[in-house]
Amino acid sequence: MSVLQQEMRDNMSSVKTFKPKSEADLASMILGGDNFEIIGGGTRAIGKLDAPPRNLLDMTGVSGIIDYEPAEMVMIAKAGTPIADIEKALKKGGQRMVFEPLDYRPLLGTKGKPTIGGAIATNASGPRRFVAGACRDSFLGARFVNGKGDIIKAGGRVMKNVTGLDLIKLLAGSWGTIAPMSEVTFKVVPQVETEATLVLYGISDLDAAKAMASAMATPCEVTGAAHLPQNIAEQFKELDGKSATLLRLEGFEKSVNLRIEKLQAILSDYSEQHVLNDKQTKTVWTSLRDVTPFSDGTQDPVWKISVAPMAGHQLVAEFGPADAYYDWQGGLVWLRLDGDHHVHKVRAAVKKVGGGHATLVRASDEHRRSVSVFQPENPAVAEISKRIRKQFDPLGKFYTGRMG
Amino acid sequence: MTATEMTSETSSGIQMPKPDQAILARREEIVSALKAIVPGEGVVDNETEMRPFETDGFLAYRFMPLAVVLPETTEQIAQVLKYLAQEGVPVIPRGAGTSLSGGAIPQEDAVIVGLSRMIKILDTNYENRTLTVQAGATNLSISDAVASDGFFYAPDPSSQLACSIGGNIGMNSGGAHCLKYGVTTNNLLGVKMVLIDGTVVEIGGEHLDAPGLDLLGIICGSEGQLGIVTEATVRLIAKPAGARPVMFGFDTSEDAGACVADIIGTGIVPVAIEFMDKPAIDICEAFAKAGYPMDVNALLIVEVEGSDEEMDDMLARIVTIAKRHKVKVVKESQSATEAALIWKGRKSAFGATGRIADYICMDGTVPLGQLPHVLNETARIVESYGLRVANVFHAGDGNMHPLILYNINDPIEAQKAEDCGMDLLKLCVDAGGCLTGEHGVGIEKRDLMLYQYTQEDLDQQMAVRAAFDPEWILNPSKVFPFEARGNERPATGNA
Ligand SMILES: Cc1cc2nc3c(=O)[nH]c(=O)nc-3n(C[C@H](O)[C@H](O)[C@H](O)COP(=O)(O)OP(=O)(O)OC[C@H]3O[C@@H](n4cnc5c(N)ncnc54)[C@H](O)[C@@H]3O)c2cc1C
Repeated sequence: MSVLQQEMRDNMSSVKTFKPKSEADLASMILGGDNFEIIGGGTRAIGKLDAPPRNLLDMTGVSGIIDYEPAEMVMIAKAGTPIADIEKALKKGGQRMVFEPLDYRPLLGTKGKPTIGGAIATNASGPRRFVAGACRDSFLGARFVNGKGDIIKAGGRVMKNVTGLDLIKLLAGSWGTIAPMSEVTFKVVPQVETEATLVLYGISDLDAAKAMASAMATPCEVTGAAHLPQNIAEQFKELDGKSATLLRLEGFEKSVNLRIEKLQAILSDYSEQHVLNDKQTKTVWTSLRDVTPFSDGTQDPVWKISVAPMAGHQLVAEFGPADAYYDWQGGLVWLRLDGDHHVHKVRAAVKKVGGGHATLVRASDEHRRSVSVFQPENPAVAEISKRIRKQFDPLGKFYTGRMG
Repeated sequence: MTATEMTSETSSGIQMPKPDQAILARREEIVSALKAIVPGEGVVDNETEMRPFETDGFLAYRFMPLAVVLPETTEQIAQVLKYLAQEGVPVIPRGAGTSLSGGAIPQEDAVIVGLSRMIKILDTNYENRTLTVQAGATNLSISDAVASDGFFYAPDPSSQLACSIGGNIGMNSGGAHCLKYGVTTNNLLGVKMVLIDGTVVEIGGEHLDAPGLDLLGIICGSEGQLGIVTEATVRLIAKPAGARPVMFGFDTSEDAGACVADIIGTGIVPVAIEFMDKPAIDICEAFAKAGYPMDVNALLIVEVEGSDEEMDDMLARIVTIAKRHKVKVVKESQSATEAALIWKGRKSAFGATGRIADYICMDGTVPLGQLPHVLNETARIVESYGLRVANVFHAGDGNMHPLILYNINDPIEAQKAEDCGMDLLKLCVDAGGCLTGEHGVGIEKRDLMLYQYTQEDLDQQMAVRAAFDPEWILNPSKVFPFEARGNERPATGNA
């Protein structure tokens, strides 16, 4: 919560925090109340700020793992369960979340504990997204309470399920604007034996895009493809200070080694090659996932931009020498700018390189008040989204301004 | 008038709405309006030529549509939908008509909008690993187009030679190789879609994820109720260095089922784990001569991929696990031809079964740990109806396909088969699973939806449906049971 929001809230005695302890609690609070902003751990303070004060619907009281049997590769948890608790249980079961939910705390300077509901509501996906799917692809089922106070179940606990409309896809990435989830079910996968990263040093953004595309055209099963221009790469003690193109491989050790060798041969045109071990690989990719290269304690604008893989470097080129790095084979651009005057330029650049979307994930409160943080949808799509929102929340009890 | 009053019983169990006489009476006028929009061969209106459109892969039901339109462009589809919506005429989107749940079956007062003339590949980009195609193109045509360059499109329904990508999106189809690569929704990047009022929207593209609500996610698997998809952008994947199917034979289905759960639980993700019981082995072997072991009661086809060293390594691990489950026969394919035969047998399982009997194919999914229990119960239930069953399915993700064998010309047996099927689906729901893993609800499972969902659950789904199609013009008789619709939601599009 921003300082301004907090002040305004403190000044308005009518504005309250609601903290349900159960799904039934949640339903009765929604029935009896209005004007809710849904939050989990409050670590993903992203979105448009607007003035009217709102009641906080704090979901962290609805917490706890409900069912986890490693052999079924599924976990069911209450939505307010801290990710840390989930990771702990998974570690014990030798498993992990394949979608690598990113943790925004370093970048945004937020406190609190990220929750699984928050990760799913923001479709928080890490570097593996471009091959193994987004958070939404691991998300199997949910229980939620709509704006009428009805408790609804959607999806289920099995991997394949086409029974009726796939409502859970709408919940993932809705940023709490259509309904609070009380319970979520998601796929988990076995831990890998080892991981390693092939690094190509000293190549340009364009060549890196080509090298990553070549790697993805091989059967080597790369599960991370990122490029760090020199000014970013310099921040990593695991790297040697030149620009670094990173290709991650995971699996059984023998197989990883074989595939690294194969990749090295295929990419032999790039002569400066290096291999990061398991530990270094984990450190570097976690850091890229959590955007720590831009975790500088400031409120300088940071954009998360999704475009086609080969369009990423074109987009960055629009900004001249820029603070940027690439994930998802070049299709995800993290871009840090200075000053608040770039919004139109960013949106125009996305359009120019073939389309996609840009989200202003970090900005000063003042900036967040004056611009659309999320990419405006085209009018026809926006109209459908508006109608869908109304069907979840006909009386407008949930705050949607965040995505406005 | 309530939805249920409007319905009429057809030949057997599943109800369809009574055709709207006012629409039937205006047939000529409607046909000529459609001909003005789609000239030439694009409108089919004589009975003989409409015959193939009466039903789909769910053969037990058939209805003659009012007319069939086969447009060639998105713009034509936009005009057709706008016109039909204005006139209140129900619309049935159709790809290749291979749906096994009756998703593409028309009704007498409806116009079928078929995509069979929109089959062009529009763009292929290997660096971005994307391909954009018109929605009527077959699933296999995508993989065929990129195979020589070392790529493929992953979801591979057994019907891939015939089924369209638009139909795959309609049903969120899967296939044998989805265990590793996911189903349609996990491989779809964007669509161009025509809404019921004729608006053309583009959702997604070559980039990942949505800027706002994930509309692509709700469209995929919506069974033609939200709009007509005219183009799709899909993700391509680099072909593996090699692939090898290996057969594991067991004495009992329980052993095979437990072995599946164990393989998955260990962290090995083969590309496919397919299960066949004894009747299925017999049927498929007689058809494909694939060399399936005949002295076992359950067979797993496990496909691994990668380089030779990787496959050897992974197979060694799988064999160790299988031994723990008393595997009786392990048989590796010795050549590409043999491998192809093994898959031919599996992929033609439905067709081969169709040569010895009529069958209905169920499609429930269950949690992996429930496989042995559900297989046992399946045998018990089918026997209690005095029928026979063959099980051949995607075991790695718990997606059951019991084929209930019966004689379609014997009305009593046909009814028994239908009832038996419903019991098997309830069994899947009771075991913590769902009614359908990949074939969709259509009309087949429509009336069981309240077994899996509450009225409130369905109300929420129907509300979202209405956000796209408020008058219920698109495929109006599918998915949602009439009894759950209430007064404001018609069973046909013209209330
Ligand atoms: C022998 C056989 C084997 C099969 N094996 C599998 C399998 O392994 N896995 C699997 O998942 N399925 C399988 N199926 C089922 C079927 O092939 C799939 O559901 C397939 O995706 C249907 O595609 P279609 O083009 O035939 O679509 P149709 O049957 O024509 O339509 C299917 C649904 O999609 C809608 N639709 C079609 N086109 C569009 C469009 N352009 N826009 C919007 N909605 C549209 C229709 O209204 C309908 O609801 C099998 C079927 C057969 C007959």
